[in-house]
Amino acid sequence: MTVDPNVFLAILAMAAATVLTRISGLLLIRFVTIGPQQRRALEAIPPAVLMAVIAPTALVTGPAETLAALATALAATRLPLLAAVATGVIVVAVARALIGA
Amino acid sequence: MAPLIVAVMPIGLVFGAVAASKGLSSLEVTLMSAFVFAGGSQFVAMDIWSHPASWAALGFSALLVNIRHVLMSASIGTKMPAFSGPAKYAAMLLLADEIWAMAETRAAQARLSAAWYAGLAVPFYFVWVLTSLAGSVAGAFLGDPKAIGLDFAFPAVFVVLLMGFWKGRETGAVLAASAAAAVLTHQLLSGVWYIAAGAAAGVIATLVIDQRREACA
Repeated sequence: MTVDPNVFLAILAMAAATVLTRISGLLLIRFVTIGPQQRRALEAIPPAVLMAVIAPTALVTGPAETLAALATALAATRLPLLAAVATGVIVVAVARALIGA
Repeated sequence: MAPLIVAVMPIGLVFGAVAASKGLSSLEVTLMSAFVFAGGSQFVAMDIWSHPASWAALGFSALLVNIRHVLMSASIGTKMPAFSGPAKYAAMLLLADEIWAMAETRAAQARLSAAWYAGLAVPFYFVWVLTSLAGSVAGAFLGDPKAIGLDFAFPAVFVVLLMGFWKGRETGAVLAASAAAAVLTHQLLSGVWYIAAGAAAGVIATLVIDQRREACA
């Protein structure tokens, strides 16, 4: 049960960044009106960020990860979150065992 | 709201286990879940975790991953006339994606009350913190999460969330631009710049489509 000072600092930085994003929407609606083009640009951020986060894992890590990402995406169109995630985990484990990566 | 709280349990357990495999102590895992309380950014932090931990890279990546909360709090903030000023800000501190989605659904049907919101968000918060702790303790016994594919749990969560944002071909263009920019940047630069590059490329793609649409109209 130890806390490394570097880890604690990192946790505080992450917490500060998160609080900032959660509060700033409230402040934003008090001062700014958002037009349709700004709204579309803001709406593009969440999928773009999620895609950027998973792209290196899904596309350039290996065939097992690419296959599992595809399987998860397909499963997500039909299954609830947990089942889709389980599909991805099982596919990546089986594919790694078969391909040996 | 019970299903929501049940659904967060395994994700908290997986987060704790993944964090333990990266060398975080149970106390560190618990503090992160309690102070940050944003699963997406916590999983991303584990992906880019280094020794010693880099507060700048982790804070910056949390900012990028959570920037969607600006939109979410702006949207739900307009639906909280029944909240006092301080209650509104306190509510924002617990604005996780799932809480937000439930609150938006509720606001569409009934007047959103502070008591209803607290009844959802407070148990959700404690379940997240406690399952993270439990996962970190169990994870130490579990060994290498890679062997059973558990390391893929969070990319899989992101894939599922991503599919929820699909709105047709325009989303496809945003995703293609983001993926290309992220992979290229990831190959060339170390650190989390690939997340910023992907976000920027996605936004630029939307703006280009907008201009084309205006040019055609």
